[in-house]
Amino acid sequence: MSTLRELRTREWTKYLLPAVVLLAAVLFPLFRPPLDGFMDDCILALAYVVMALGLNLVVGFAGLLDLGYVAFYALGAMAVGWWASDFYTGVGGAEEGIHIGVSGFAATLPGIHVNFLLIVIGATIVCAVAGAIIGLPTLRLRGDYIAIVTLAFGEIIGRIFQNGDEITLFGDYKLSNGRQSIAPVDAIDIPFLDPFDSALNLRPYYWTAFAMVLVVLFVNIRLRDSKLGRAWIALREDEVAAASMGVPLVKTKLLAYATGGAFGGISGAFLGAYFSSVNANQFQFGFSIFILAMVILGGLGSIWGVVLGAVALAFVNNRLIPDVLDQGFVGDKLKDLGLDFSFTEISFGIFGFILVIMMVLRPEGILPERRRQMELKEGIGESEAVFEARV
Amino acid sequence: MIAEFISKYGLIALLIAFPAYYGVQDLINDGNLTRIGNNLVDGLSNGAIWALVALGYTLVYGIIELINFAHGEIFMLGAFVSFALWGELGLHPDTATVSLILGLLVSLIVAMLVSGSLNVMIERVGYRPLRGAPKLAPLITAVGFSFILQNVGILWLGASQRAVPDLIHSQRELFSVFGLSVSRGDLLAVAVTIPLVLLLTSFVAQSRLGKAMRATAQDPEAAKLMGINVDTTISLTFLLGGLLAGAAGLINTLYQTSVWYFQGFTAGLIAFTAAVMGGIGNLRGAVLGGLIIGCIQQVSDNRIGNEWTPAVIFAYLVLIMVFRPQGLIGEETREAG
Repeated sequence: MSTLRELRTREWTKYLLPAVVLLAAVLFPLFRPPLDGFMDDCILALAYVVMALGLNLVVGFAGLLDLGYVAFYALGAMAVGWWASDFYTGVGGAEEGIHIGVSGFAATLPGIHVNFLLIVIGATIVCAVAGAIIGLPTLRLRGDYIAIVTLAFGEIIGRIFQNGDEITLFGDYKLSNGRQSIAPVDAIDIPFLDPFDSALNLRPYYWTAFAMVLVVLFVNIRLRDSKLGRAWIALREDEVAAASMGVPLVKTKLLAYATGGAFGGISGAFLGAYFSSVNANQFQFGFSIFILAMVILGGLGSIWGVVLGAVALAFVNNRLIPDVLDQGFVGDKLKDLGLDFSFTEISFGIFGFILVIMMVLRPEGILPERRRQMELKEGIGESEAVFEARV
Repeated sequence: MIAEFISKYGLIALLIAFPAYYGVQDLINDGNLTRIGNNLVDGLSNGAIWALVALGYTLVYGIIELINFAHGEIFMLGAFVSFALWGELGLHPDTATVSLILGLLVSLIVAMLVSGSLNVMIERVGYRPLRGAPKLAPLITAVGFSFILQNVGILWLGASQRAVPDLIHSQRELFSVFGLSVSRGDLLAVAVTIPLVLLLTSFVAQSRLGKAMRATAQDPEAAKLMGINVDTTISLTFLLGGLLAGAAGLINTLYQTSVWYFQGFTAGLIAFTAAVMGGIGNLRGAVLGGLIIGCIQQVSDNRIGNEWTPAVIFAYLVLIMVFRPQGLIGEETREAG
């Protein structure tokens, strides 16, 4: 009897800490003013967590280095630009527009206006398909060639949207607004709730992002422990062995790209709606590296590590670099030391530095996944096997 | 049958189709081929510069199977060094010819040495400790270095494009044949590239160190057993690649008369495409690929608009990777197989 009770207490205490953290995270906005710089950082951090978890599926689980993840951010954000703004003013009659599931102010505007939840579903589908398409040409390739092909796709998609004002579809509808941003984008409008307004109250955005993270985390953990997740990890560790054990390579790889892309799309759509504008100039290679640095910092393949890495780098990017290193006491001290330059300008250099330092000193990341740690450690320092692992 | 045919000649057909389309358009519009011809002349001289950068990729890939992502930034810093040196030496477009040539020679040597030693240093710090780790690890370090060096460039000369004095009047026409005009810049690019490429190929083919390089590329372990110092050989390879990138940086600055921190990223990807197109690890292939990609770039700049050029080049890169990963004159590699 006592053992059973012990067991029950242990079960109970196991959930105590996560429950407290969860509750604190959900309730914390109530103790902050509705328009809060710190909450803004948290919202961005949560959106980046979703992206980093998506990239982690591809790079961390399946071992396919994707350097073009920005493509999914671009597609997700563009989905919002296309379907929730007055960008396509002429659609559905001059003053009418198309409205699906939107209420309030947005319902009176011309252009296409679709409910945010439907857009998220749309962005997920678009990005999953795009992910599979990007994955197709890499199927025959291995290792670093995959990285270059995905990088090329990311750049192509970015370029297409940056010059999209030169492309017209169906008569005279432009593909994008080129170097100008598409703005304003409709506020997020969830059924039974008032439309959000990022100029008045950030709390609803925070809770939406938090819910998004919870869903994505749940999916990630379930996927990792599923048959598919184990197939991804097998693929990462030894493709030939995995194939001979009956893992269907094509399907498994494409599913990794598609799922990872879908998460990027969700987050991209959220960010587009949160910024209330979609700017194609953001679709740069640097963004892919920003997200990759989160995954590497936290630990390739480690879900909690990636969450930590994403939150950490989001705060480094949005708080530490602009507000601490460039201004205030620390900034003045650095300037006295002769470091008289803008850290914001060289933020990508800092992320590059993180990549190098992590890879050389601690390639398994801050919170490593155990299996990955063993993989990365083997070979290094064993003189006989120096060139073995290259093959 | 068809698949075999496509994989064998598809890439070549695709490469010819792009300029050929505009050639036909010229014939219809102007009745001659002058415009496309001039595009190709510019493309070849531009391609000569890409060939130098592509050689660096191909050398390094050939020996340690790593895409040296930071190579484009080495090229960019070569350009920055020469720009800074010209300021120091007080070179300007009206400098007397003799002192101009002397000054350019000095800056060529310095730019090459700086780029070369920087490349060696990066290998020592970033790639050597990871020589046994999964292949993604050094690639990620390389991407990291690429970003670090880009930001060094920002700190050095700022984030916007800088105009450089046109020291050699690069656009001035030297002579023209059948309406094809060859400018001073065109001649310079070819005149520097050809001797450097010849030097490199004969070094790799004939010298003792070159033999060691080829041996290491073929089988590092066996090379080690034969008494070759593998680490030194790899460092030497990075040095050679860096030297060429530095030279390319200087010529590019003379040719384009501007420097920018971001030029290395674009140049790196163009040159990498060139290296893959020629068959990575193959020196002659890299030169051929560089010349072809230069022509494609020029035609695309001139006809489609230079905002689309990166997309065109990347599209070619993807097509090559898919249909002919071994390149035009390369053999099957482990990557491609």
